[in-house]
Amino acid sequence: MIELHNISKSFGNHHVLNNVSAFFERGKVNFVIGRSGSGKSVLTKCTVGLIEPDLGNVEYDGRNFTAMNLNDRKSIRQEIGMLFQGSALFDSMTVEENVRFPLRMFSSLGEKEIQMRAEACLERVELADTGARFPSECSGGMQKRVGIARAIAMNPKYLFCDEPNSGLDPQTAIVIDQLIKEITEEYQMTTVVVSHDMNSVMEASDTIHFVHEGAILWNGDRNQLLKGGVPELESFVFASDLMRQVRQNQNQP
Amino acid sequence: MFHVGRYMQLLSKSFRKPEKARMFRGLFVQELESIGLQSVGIVALLSLFMGAVICLQTAHQIGGWIPAYTIGFTVRQTMLLEFSPTLIPVILAGKVGSSIASQLGSMRVTEEIDALEIMGVNSASHLILPKILAGVLIIPFLVILSMALGVGAGAWIGVATGVSTLADFEYGMQVDFRVFDVAYALIKTVIFGFILTSVSAYHGYYASGGPIEVGRSSTRAVVWSVVIIMVANLIITQMLLN
Repeated sequence: MIELHNISKSFGNHHVLNNVSAFFERGKVNFVIGRSGSGKSVLTKCTVGLIEPDLGNVEYDGRNFTAMNLNDRKSIRQEIGMLFQGSALFDSMTVEENVRFPLRMFSSLGEKEIQMRAEACLERVELADTGARFPSECSGGMQKRVGIARAIAMNPKYLFCDEPNSGLDPQTAIVIDQLIKEITEEYQMTTVVVSHDMNSVMEASDTIHFVHEGAILWNGDRNQLLKGGVPELESFVFASDLMRQVRQNQNQP
Repeated sequence: MFHVGRYMQLLSKSFRKPEKARMFRGLFVQELESIGLQSVGIVALLSLFMGAVICLQTAHQIGGWIPAYTIGFTVRQTMLLEFSPTLIPVILAGKVGSSIASQLGSMRVTEEIDALEIMGVNSASHLILPKILAGVLIIPFLVILSMALGVGAGAWIGVATGVSTLADFEYGMQVDFRVFDVAYALIKTVIFGFILTSVSAYHGYYASGGPIEVGRSSTRAVVWSVVIIMVANLIITQMLLN
């Protein structure tokens, strides 16, 4: 599990995060939702240490990540997998080399075992026969799946997904959502998904944190989300006609 | 001062022990090829023509009333002291420096550098150190090649056009020759190799935004590398020759 305690972050005079506390559970897909510019990406970057918070701390299973030096953080980072919005695959490497990269860098496995592990990860995301391709030769959905394969290569305890469905068609988006949900249960990871895609939230979320103007305004699950809560959450969740109809149908006896 | 401080921080982050020696070796060899072998053509072409042009210009200047061996002497001194050790790194700042900056800049904006950091890889050491070490090692060899080709081309054009005999040219090449001049040239080259790779890496590593910003960082990398090489050239020349 991951715990955030009173995280604050400012850029100059602009306060992006104000005293944010949250709890992400193990074995569950924890969504962080909110409008663009609400601070959810900065919150994720503070959580994984790409940005240092001004105040507060982040704990990974009770280990205070914020207080650690770079060397100590390295051991926790090797337990983290991350799927980036743009996949962030290494362009100069093939799909298989991308998946092998963290294993070659950090594991003590031999080349044959690394090969087998990379193949198993690619098979898990149903890309067994695309290992020789370069990322530029893959579709957006395939790139996301390669990103997931690379993220799970080291058998991580924590998985972060930044807008995993951006730029994908609805059907491919559902495949990615289901894959994230399945591997979270399979590996018993603490998964944090940053998204503003309500389809994705309804498809894959176990817990939901709503970020508004740098603070967590609401948290709950899918069913509670449809009942609404604070006005800011309602205007975000029920912005589309589809979601308004979902609420209407649910409220009918 | 902000940039000087951040550049120093990046260098200290870069000069750390690599995670895996085997992977580092692979990257280092790749950079030797990218910075060195892939620059042989342009270095050879420029050196051949510069050596030949210096020969003809010197012949034109001395106009028959200064000994003909001066042509060989001038070609040697110009190539050895200034053209090869200074202008070749300046040219490489354009070719190699812009390539380093745009490669790292692209990796930054596509979050590949963030991906390395999340995995626990020291991205500066992984990406920048092999480039700096390869540059410092291979650029002196390019400069030695440039010296040889430039002087050779000067001798050939001198004899072919009849402005000098081979014997005069060879004599001129040996007049007042000091081994220290070669050492001076190579010291400069090592320092310029470090400057052009590290300054370019700095601009690429801290690029932000999108493709336009990557292009700008590449331009800044070339401009600042050239400016710093020129300033360093003046300082080193003052220190070593006077």
